Parts: sequence; C-alpha cells; structure tokens
Amino acid sequence: MKQKILIGLGVLAAALLVRNIWTMLTQLPDEEFQGAIFRIIFFHVPAAFTAFACFFAALVSGIAYLSTQNLKCDAFSVSVTEVGLAFGAANLVTGMIWARIIWGIWWTWDWRLTSMLICWLLYAGYLVLRRAVEEPTERARLSAVMSILSFTVVPFVFFSIKWFRTQHPQPVLYGQGRMDANYRAMLFGNWVPLLLFAVVLIAVRMRQERRQRELDALRREVHAF
Amino acid sequence: MNDAAARNFEYLAYGLSAVWVILVIYVLTLVSREGKIRAQIESLKRMVEDREKH
Repeated sequence: MKQKILIGLGVLAAALLVRNIWTMLTQLPDEEFQGAIFRIIFFHVPAAFTAFACFFAALVSGIAYLSTQNLKCDAFSVSVTEVGLAFGAANLVTGMIWARIIWGIWWTWDWRLTSMLICWLLYAGYLVLRRAVEEPTERARLSAVMSILSFTVVPFVFFSIKWFRTQHPQPVLYGQGRMDANYRAMLFGNWVPLLLFAVVLIAVRMRQERRQRELDALRREVHAF
Repeated sequence: MNDAAARNFEYLAYGLSAVWVILVIYVLTLVSREGKIRAQIESLKRMVEDREKH
C-alpha cells in the first residue's frame, strides 16, 4: 500500500514536471533583459526552497531526538538532510550556470553564494560526522546537535540578499521585489513536483535506515553465537 | 536566432540537465545502497540459519 502511494507520488511529480517544462519552454515569454536563460529560475529557486524545507525538517527532528531519544527521529533527520543536500547541490550548480551567462563568471564570493556554499558544506559535514561515530545513540545525539547548529546558517542564507549588497539579485519574491504573476505562478508551480519528488526520496531513504537497523541487529546476533 | 540567444538556450539546457543529473546520481546511490543492504541481510540470515542447524 505504502509502496503504491510512493509510486503514485513519483508518477504525479514526473507528470507535473513534464507539463511545467513544456509550459515554461513554449508558453512563457523570454524575460526582457535576460532572455531564455531566466527560465532556470524555475528550478534554481524551488531547489533552494526544497533544500531549506528539508533542513528545517532536520532541525525539528534533531530537537525531537534530543527530547525523546527516539531513533526514528534520527533516521528521519539523516534522510531529510541527504535529500536536502541533493537539492542544495542542484541550486548551487544551476546558479553557477546562470551566473556564467548573466555575470560572465561561474562564481563570486558574495554573501549569498558564499553563505549557501557554507550551509551546504555544514550539512555535508553532518553526514561525514555520522560515518565517524559507530555507537548509534552517541551518533544520533551528536548528529542532532550538529543539525541544530547547522540550521543557524539557513536564515542568514535566505536574508543575505536583503541585509547586504550582493552581486546576487535582490529579493523578487518578498519585500520590495517584483516578479511577473505568470513567472511567479510557474516558480511556485514547479516547487510542488520537486517537493513531491523529495518526499518520495525521503521515504525511500527512511526505509533504508530501517533495513540498516535490521542489518545491525543481525550482525549482533551473529557475533553473539 | 542570434548568437547570444543561442548561447542562452544552450546554457538553459545545461542547467536543466544538471538538475536531472544530480537527482539521478542521488537516486542511483540510493539504489546501490539498497542492493548492498539487501545482500548483506540475506547473507547474515543464511549464516544465522546455518549456525542454528549445527
């Protein structure tokens, strides 16, 4: 039953993505100053939103683990962090490709780009930390603390373009920013399938964590003989 | 289509492809990990059954 729901969600996400790509390439007009490359925003921003949503979920499950010591919270935390990193990587790479056309450079060390890179590296460090600690409860406790600390960077990444003068454009979705209603609808419309896809990946990753616990129990049983 | 517009489309294609490549790599990592865990569980289950028989 659960498997069928996941497959259904995956198919729905794929169908929505195909429809959105078709619409953004054939129906939406080129942006006046940037031309066709502007369409990359429909993946660049939703990928960042998905990554931040995952990191927020990791923060909540980290706090939940520290207050309940339930290893399911730890399994959820590692699952959402891994998926968040994949979408964070998509955000960074699409940003670099966009920058190459608009700024003429692949990368610049401005507040937004640098803080996003640091954020991504912190969460990658979370996964490295997990590999370094063998004992499950100790690993879960340290990982929860690392996850909570790492999240402190996320608001900084989000608001850096508002707080500082950056080469990255100023906000277009909040504050003084303006964005054409059709572009805005496509941006949020494309976030939905990416979120659905993230939910499917998180569920698959959670199942692996359960299997990993089963494997650890079997190992202990074998060693006990 | 002029050169700048063609270059714009070329890089848009790179961008869209990059998103899919990253997600496909992650999915393949999940599939590979799933296979390894399953194989290890099967092997350990066999080992436990063998030891119980003897």
